[in-house]
Amino acid sequence: MIVERPKLTFWDRIYMPQILKGLWITLKHIPRKRFTRQYPEETPPLPERYRGVPVLVRDPDQRVKCVACQLCEFVCPPKAITVVPGFRAESGPDAKVEKEPQDFIIDMGRCIYCGLCEEACPEEAIFLKKDYAMASYSREQMKLHKEKLLEMGGIHADRICKWKKK
Amino acid sequence: MWTDPVILEWIFILVKIVVIFGLVLSIVPYTVLAERRICAWIQDRVGPNRVGFQGLLQPIADALKLLLKEDMLPNHVHKVVFTLAPALVFMPSLMILAVIPWGSTIGPMTCVLSDMNAGMLFALALASFSVYGIALAGWASNSKYPFLGGLRSAAQMISYEVCLGLSLVPLFMQTGSLNLSAIVGYQTQHGWLVLYQPLACFIFITSMFAECNRTPFDLPEAEQELVSGYNIEYSSLKFGLFFLGEYANMLVASALVTTLFLGGWSLPFAPFNAPATVIWVGLTHVAFFVAKVCAMLFLFIWVRWTVPRFRYDQLMALGWKVFLPMALVNIVVVAIIMACRANL
Repeated sequence: MIVERPKLTFWDRIYMPQILKGLWITLKHIPRKRFTRQYPEETPPLPERYRGVPVLVRDPDQRVKCVACQLCEFVCPPKAITVVPGFRAESGPDAKVEKEPQDFIIDMGRCIYCGLCEEACPEEAIFLKKDYAMASYSREQMKLHKEKLLEMGGIHADRICKWKKK
Repeated sequence: MWTDPVILEWIFILVKIVVIFGLVLSIVPYTVLAERRICAWIQDRVGPNRVGFQGLLQPIADALKLLLKEDMLPNHVHKVVFTLAPALVFMPSLMILAVIPWGSTIGPMTCVLSDMNAGMLFALALASFSVYGIALAGWASNSKYPFLGGLRSAAQMISYEVCLGLSLVPLFMQTGSLNLSAIVGYQTQHGWLVLYQPLACFIFITSMFAECNRTPFDLPEAEQELVSGYNIEYSSLKFGLFFLGEYANMLVASALVTTLFLGGWSLPFAPFNAPATVIWVGLTHVAFFVAKVCAMLFLFIWVRWTVPRFRYDQLMALGWKVFLPMALVNIVVVAIIMACRANL
């Protein structure tokens, strides 16, 4: 390939006018608006369907929605989710739900934020929220347990409430 | 006892040393901060603004970090020269400041540490001396990138030192002195020399850019090509000394330009165009000097973040084929003009 070299005029060849032009351009940038976001104080605007940390939610009756079916555990590509299934109380309003997780561990060191757990969940019990700052000091701290996940998830405004109708 | 002129002279010398050291050690770290902030502004960023108000304590944090780093002495280096080199870069710039008048007079004290008659020669000699430190660092590091950096520095010194010296000859012809105080004195009476000798000023400033290893002539460092050139093998305080030396050199270059071309401590109207008789005028003279030096430092920083680095052959061509003839022609032209004016 032959690259055509541009023909330089006299003013290009003595170099100074171009340098002065450049200096003027950089000077104009000094008072301009900055692009920097002062991060911990200013957080970035997140899109509506942003995929952050997966968390567990409760329904409006404070019931843990997860029924420990372990579908999320099986679908999770990096095997970040570990569910320890257990039974609910023999009697009481939730007895018919039968199962709930004894513990629900998401290893945030492994999670790839793919959202397949949310997609796979038949109970709408796990959601990817907008939290993203999950740094911690050890691998052990990166594992989020059931209480923490439920605390982060809060209550999901469930309009179907399928277990009430059964 | 205090009025004894000999003792008073010694006290004044001590005061001047403290002032010069104070100026260097306070302006230099803040030049680094200014460099980072201005560079950020030019690139539409914010720059370091977290440590202290608007990042004003950042230099202290940086210095602490450098102090606490491990001081590595690699096995393959020439140990004596390797240790000596950073000091050789830093020292000359401090010594040049001894001959620069940073004010007129404050009370009975003249504001120059050493009012040498060959002051400018002394300054030029020491200015080239700081390049030895870089060349020696490159050689003593005994590895390829520092070596290349050192070589480039030596070649650059040879091609720019000549223009640097020659560009000042018309100045000396006009003022008839090598004494920096006398040159400032000439400017207080006749106006700033940049108006008489714009070409000399331009060549001098450009050569000073090369002398200080600043972009567009920062070939000895050239991060992208030589990783960072002569100072790769250095760490901790030794690196800090190089860093300090680079910015101290910049400060000295600005002070020299101010003194030689921008009228030193003077402003072109009364009462600032004559040596001070009152103390407050003397202090404002110092303030003017510092302000002019800061303006020059801003120019250094501004140019660095505007102009890309020259290629090596371009640098040599510019030095030998453009600036050298320009400086020589300038000398001849000034000589002819002076001869005509003397005979008419």
